Amino acid sequence: MVEKTPLLDFLTYAFLILGIFIVGFPIIYSLIATTLTLDEVSRVPMPFIPGDQFMVNMKEAWTRGDLGTQILNSFVMASGITVGKIAVSMIGAFSIVYFDYRFRVVAFASVFCTLMLPVEVRILPTYEMAANILSPIQTMWDLLQLDRLATWVSGHEISVNLNFSLLDSYAGLILPLVASATCTFLFRQFFLTVPEELCEAAKMDGASPMMFFRKILFPLSKTNIAALVVIEFVYGYNQYLWPLLITTNPKMTTAVIGLQNLIPQADDLPEWNIALCGVILVMLPPVLVVLFMQRWFVKGLIEKEK
Amino acid sequence: MIKRSFFKSRTLPYLLIFPQVAVTLTFFYWPAFQGIIQSFLLSDPFGRRSQFVWFYNYVELFTDPLYLKSILTTFIFSIAVAFVSISLGLFIAAMANRAIRAKAVTRTLLIWPYAVAPAISGIMWLFLLHPSYGIVALGIKNWLGIDWNPVLYGRDAMAMIVMASAWKQVSYNFVFFMAGMQAVPKSLIEAAAIDGAGPFKRFWFISFPLLSPTFFFLTVMNIIYSFFETFGIIHTVTQGGPGGSTNILVYKVYQDGFVGLNLGSSAAQSVILMSLIIVITFLQFKFVEKKVQYGG
Repeated sequence: MVEKTPLLDFLTYAFLILGIFIVGFPIIYSLIATTLTLDEVSRVPMPFIPGDQFMVNMKEAWTRGDLGTQILNSFVMASGITVGKIAVSMIGAFSIVYFDYRFRVVAFASVFCTLMLPVEVRILPTYEMAANILSPIQTMWDLLQLDRLATWVSGHEISVNLNFSLLDSYAGLILPLVASATCTFLFRQFFLTVPEELCEAAKMDGASPMMFFRKILFPLSKTNIAALVVIEFVYGYNQYLWPLLITTNPKMTTAVIGLQNLIPQADDLPEWNIALCGVILVMLPPVLVVLFMQRWFVKGLIEKEK
Repeated sequence: MIKRSFFKSRTLPYLLIFPQVAVTLTFFYWPAFQGIIQSFLLSDPFGRRSQFVWFYNYVELFTDPLYLKSILTTFIFSIAVAFVSISLGLFIAAMANRAIRAKAVTRTLLIWPYAVAPAISGIMWLFLLHPSYGIVALGIKNWLGIDWNPVLYGRDAMAMIVMASAWKQVSYNFVFFMAGMQAVPKSLIEAAAIDGAGPFKRFWFISFPLLSPTFFFLTVMNIIYSFFETFGIIHTVTQGGPGGSTNILVYKVYQDGFVGLNLGSSAAQSVILMSLIIVITFLQFKFVEKKVQYGG
């Protein structure tokens, strides 16, 4: 910096390394545990020298937890949410910024207000909705007494029961999480900074709105999209409450939830070495995404919260 | 706001906004509306018969000592998480900002816990703080002389979920403090140095006040995080126990609704949480518009 402060510099680095160590400690310790045998891992304190059981434990965790299926499910869910969210909010923002129509402001306000309704505060009704996606239509039908009307018109006893369940399906895992106020807001802000001349020039050249979107707006948004991909992938992969509610079939559950089965309970063998193998395997995809796309990640994180 | 030059089309804008509106109506507004109605009803556990009871569910909640305890628990929990993770994040960011070498490496080493799911962070800390096998628990017992047992003592269980929740959030706070510190104008720091202010004074009188918007913003974000996103940690680590000592509001909604099948009460709790988050969002926006500035 400005002056020479050797002692303070030394302390700075010392504390920094200490900080990094505290942050990294749970993972280092878990990694050591994955290489030990059951006997070693249940010793108190556990040895700090890595053993040679890494592959054995990993294989055991992989088969016992059915991690292949579950990580695949998480992957599908995370990718679906990422792609869906970005696509839906990008065309939504395009509609709001580049067109003039009657319900423009209402549409934007209604999307924006979803900020105040995270899944956590509407657990049960959203679950009921996913259990029968057609229930609003059914309610309307019942309210207007259309059963009676239909019976009267046709002369036969008619009753309508609409039922279509999203439970235990990819659609159910993905769709409810696809709407995003923050992404729409981000794209809207970005589109507003795009120079007016681009649109005027495109119009003068006779480009259709979709052509303008594809050829000009989309390429301009690439850095924003990259940043959002990282954030939303991590968000989707790490979802907990929603998949917990709507999946009951272990084949459809996601990896983060499935891990629960690997944790040793009070009267089980304390097989923490296996459980922590599962932990490492499951956390790997989003951690790698963040580490390799760090620049986009930091940009996305800061932009999104603006 | 709209562009000065815009397109004219009768159907296209509606088609473009349709997916967004369809999803929000089906999965946000309709359920929220149902929830509000449900909160005024008293139903049997199978939801077959229900009766309109006005504010009965709400009155029941606010006279229920368990619910009041859950509110208190939530506040203690979120304040503890915000305090621990913000102060650690700020401390590490201040150190990293002073260190001239290895900035990129430092950032890489500190950023990854953000990508770890809360539930997974919970499992790791469950191991570290396990009363018979955990190494950190051993340290607490031997060095601090505390009879550590999160399975039995509510105080220890609370400390455990605070650690698991705060650990994950440190990297988030670090990123924002780092960005905030790099936005502090160099000229200010140099001017202060010429006037004879040492590193501590410069931090305390220049960087720290300029970081106050970041500070406030992070407090809000950390409290929202500990209110809602820590569900996974509670569910894997303590399940609200022992004796309801870690039963935060969101977890109670889930337990009463899905496990206890007390539909009306769970809906009323959801509505209370909804109003809470509406208040927080308003505060945040009011604040964000006025003060928060990020450089770069």
